[in-house]
Amino acid sequence: MSVSNHPSGASVERRREFWLGARDQIPILVGVLPAGLIFGALGKAAGLPDLVVQAFSLLVFAGSAQFVALGLAVSNAPPLIIILAIFIVNLRHSLYSASFSEHLAHLPPRWKICLSWLLTDEAFAVASARYRRPERGNAHWYLLGTGLALWATWQVSTAVGILVGAGVPESWHLDFALPLTFVALLIPSITDGPTRLTAVLAGLLAVGMGALPYLFGLVVAVIVAVGVGALAEGRSRASVDEAEA
Amino acid sequence: MSEQALWVVILGGMAATYATRASFILFVPPERMPAWFRRGLRFVAPAVLAGLVATELVGTGETLNLSLGNHRLIAGAVAAFVAWRSRNTWLTILAGMGALWLMGQVIG
Repeated sequence: MSVSNHPSGASVERRREFWLGARDQIPILVGVLPAGLIFGALGKAAGLPDLVVQAFSLLVFAGSAQFVALGLAVSNAPPLIIILAIFIVNLRHSLYSASFSEHLAHLPPRWKICLSWLLTDEAFAVASARYRRPERGNAHWYLLGTGLALWATWQVSTAVGILVGAGVPESWHLDFALPLTFVALLIPSITDGPTRLTAVLAGLLAVGMGALPYLFGLVVAVIVAVGVGALAEGRSRASVDEAEA
Repeated sequence: MSEQALWVVILGGMAATYATRASFILFVPPERMPAWFRRGLRFVAPAVLAGLVATELVGTGETLNLSLGNHRLIAGAVAAFVAWRSRNTWLTILAGMGALWLMGQVIG
């Protein structure tokens, strides 16, 4: 099929990016599905109204933070404390926002508003692989596709969890598909010495500080590892310049 | 907790979450970020992915398990090897899930 001279070539390209993004999100969806089912089932079991449980997924739309909030709500924590906990658990998203700010800078506000809404761990992981590839003119459609695929799956799985319970037997280990997909995305993100150093350090620090509440250990680990990686890159660049001089 | 309080949590949680995600995209254009900050950004993806993977595979604090009896750790290592050789997401998942299932069958 030739689209190069077709007047709607641009829209074909956009649609292609959108569906590529959705398709590349599928492996992650396998792992997210049981989490959504469990959230729905847990919320129901805790005695929350169905609409409230679904509203968590619809409006807060943040996996780990929703589980933390649900736990705190069940133990009757004050609302302000729960909101603060949600904020802290989601602090890492501001790093994603910084990372994508440059890629999205040229877009009109409505795109930025919408894509910010969809900027989860999963969308960031998949789309940052896309942003390492060339021809990024329509890559925001890819991000939209990958984000919407996750959003829709999260809503449907929460609803099914509320209505019929978690359903999937634990012995299937479907939840394991999520870290495995992250492995598949992590390996190609390591492209040189500094990124390797960053990854190793972030892994060690995250495990070492993982006992800190609300994923705070992960945030600190990422910030330290990113700083060390950038420093190492600066050093190796300086030594290359010296050798060339 | 009253239903009204739950709605406060949901709306507040929505605002808090959106604030983190929109922070830089909506309010800090790249040209206003210092150069050292921008240099660090390409390291965010490998750092977050490594942090998430490591804590998922070996646990943290009291759940930390670095022994060979940790099936998820072994399966994750198999998956990492396949990812490195194949650069294919589905093969990676298949290898990891297969290894986990096999260990469950053989070792129990």
